[in-house]
Amino acid sequence: MNAQNCRAKQLIILSGKGGTGKTSISAAFAHLNAVRINSHPMVFVDADVDAANLSLVLQPDNLHPKEFWGGSLAEIDPEKCINCGACSPVCRYDAIFPDPNNDQVQWVDPIACDGCAACVYACPVDAISMIRQQEGNWFQSKTSFGWLFHAELFPGRENSGKLVTLIKQQARLFAEDTQSQCVVIDGPPGIGCPVISACAGTDLGLLVTEPSLMGLHDLKRVLGTLRHFHVPAVICINKADIYPEGTKAIREFAAMEGIEVIGEIPYDEDIPRSMIEGKPFTLLFPDSSAGRAIQHVWEKTIRLLQLEEE
Amino acid sequence: MKLIISAQNSSLESQVDSRFGRSPWLLLFDTETSQWEAFQNPGVTQSGGAGVAAAQFVVDQDADVVISGDFGPNASRAFQASKTEMRLFIESTTTVQEAVDQYKNDQLSKFK
Amino acid sequence: MQIAVASGKGGTGKTTIATSLALSLASLAKVRYFDCDVEAPNGHLFLKPEFSESTPANIWIPQIQTEKCTACGRCVEVCQFHALAQVGKNILVFPQLCHGCGSCTWNCPENAIVEVPNPIGTLDRGMAMENVEFLRGQLTISEPMATPIIRRLKKLEQPSPDTIDIYDAPPGASCSVVETLRGVDFALLVTEPTPFGLHDLKQMLGILSDMNIPSGIVINRDGIGDDSLKDVLRESNIPILLRVPFDRALAENLATGRTLVEVYPNYRDILREVYQRITEIIGGKIQ
Repeated sequence: MNAQNCRAKQLIILSGKGGTGKTSISAAFAHLNAVRINSHPMVFVDADVDAANLSLVLQPDNLHPKEFWGGSLAEIDPEKCINCGACSPVCRYDAIFPDPNNDQVQWVDPIACDGCAACVYACPVDAISMIRQQEGNWFQSKTSFGWLFHAELFPGRENSGKLVTLIKQQARLFAEDTQSQCVVIDGPPGIGCPVISACAGTDLGLLVTEPSLMGLHDLKRVLGTLRHFHVPAVICINKADIYPEGTKAIREFAAMEGIEVIGEIPYDEDIPRSMIEGKPFTLLFPDSSAGRAIQHVWEKTIRLLQLEEE
Repeated sequence: MKLIISAQNSSLESQVDSRFGRSPWLLLFDTETSQWEAFQNPGVTQSGGAGVAAAQFVVDQDADVVISGDFGPNASRAFQASKTEMRLFIESTTTVQEAVDQYKNDQLSKFK
Repeated sequence: MQIAVASGKGGTGKTTIATSLALSLASLAKVRYFDCDVEAPNGHLFLKPEFSESTPANIWIPQIQTEKCTACGRCVEVCQFHALAQVGKNILVFPQLCHGCGSCTWNCPENAIVEVPNPIGTLDRGMAMENVEFLRGQLTISEPMATPIIRRLKKLEQPSPDTIDIYDAPPGASCSVVETLRGVDFALLVTEPTPFGLHDLKQMLGILSDMNIPSGIVINRDGIGDDSLKDVLRESNIPILLRVPFDRALAENLATGRTLVEVYPNYRDILREVYQRITEIIGGKIQ
């Protein structure tokens, strides 16, 4: 056992646009891996920490929350504040104004505060302190399809990137300890810091897109992000039959960029139904056209990650 | 020579950790005196800038060499500026002690 | 009047509703549509604006004037984000970690720091159909922070009693959504009747309660799921303002960039009624 060989592969599932089906596909992958002949353990991560849905389908038991302490926020001690007004001009986030309960002192709006501490240094009487904040919880959970690392960021908080990094790291260490082959990360929408944290250091990006103008537009952006961070990508087109011209446009784009399209999944209204049942789609509808298409995408993906048995 | 090695725990027998900014411990080893000390990595608790926080620590320790599995762009920029030598673990590196011995035998490759 | 259109879960139809709401209200007042989903903006695909102006969205990052710098390290000490490091007599700046807060600049005892603009995206303006003013922010690929762009985007125009401002929010429930919601009069939440939609909606309701912003729900793709949404909403007293039934033909049209009101013009009246109800809810709140 050594530092390099232990390293499990990491797959990141992204889309750019929300709602293309990342989580449904991630759940299906968890199921398909669990029923694979010669199945090897995989570890799953739900990196969409402010809208974490994978656990709703994989149904972990016994959730033991572990606290996530993110950054700090400024707090003004009303006993010490002399209302000199030195703090609010240095705040670039419009977070400081007279206390709504006592206009003789200043108050920091925790929702607006960026945690920069400029006010702390500006205050002549040391009335302001930076207070560390619990910003959410994270979980290491057992599901019937394998282990899941997930989190719940408290609503409205910052530091989602840091929380993503934390659960990824925990998953990676756990994978190494248990000799798991792969960590599968269900990513968040967008291209900003939680996406960047989610894709950092991963071996393959599976871009789940849909055949609409919006899907293609956002696909291009998230592909740019993966390229910037040197993560190779492949595409799968979900709800592919909704707009065949859109699917064609994606294929043309992919061909121009030298990206492989590894599958097309037809729209199936049983996918939301399986969400409601709280079970992976391929468990409930393995022989449907969409089920077989997802299976095909799965097989191609594990081949690309070189996880096949000899 | 002062070496700093990223590790999963706080002794010379600890497994090394390949991610510089986020490894739980940084072990300082002086090859002249064979004295060593374990420090909790300041990068671990940071919201962002783990690489910078960890690199700042290494620079403040006046280390000559820093050894890890990989260095992100921020840490590597800091070390290029401070001229701290960056070296990488090899396949057979498992413990901190091994990393020290391999460094002494010039078996570790330079970063980039 | 300032209305945010948000959701929690991605892909529920925020932009579909927000853009058609903007078009429907254009006959009542001057409408400004702000695309606040700066990571993956889609509003332009529906409203098809003619862009007239694009300016860089900057955060101000420190530049150390080495002739004045004494390497005292004060800037490194005060930076909460490790965007500065000290290496011997040199101070290094890490722009991608910098929040642009200015703290290092204020705190330098030698006045050795000047701030320089660091573009992290663009702010674009234009005119869309039916005289709807179109404003959007776009984050540069590989930049991590969306929130500063949203803040600057909203500041491009002062709120006014004669205009209706519609803020199309990003998905999720974290800081960029909060930035979009700050100061709005009402949040229109677009959800779908599935467990995912419901779960993420609850996150949104948590935020809105903290921020004391009244809200109402639009159930999009009604019929694909179940009714568990109704029970949650009944408990929290949030009104359902509109149900848009799932409609495959509609989905196919939206995929091409046709707006809801283009496909079904009767939605203009329906969305105007939704607006009417919003004004009543807000009016009731002030009383």
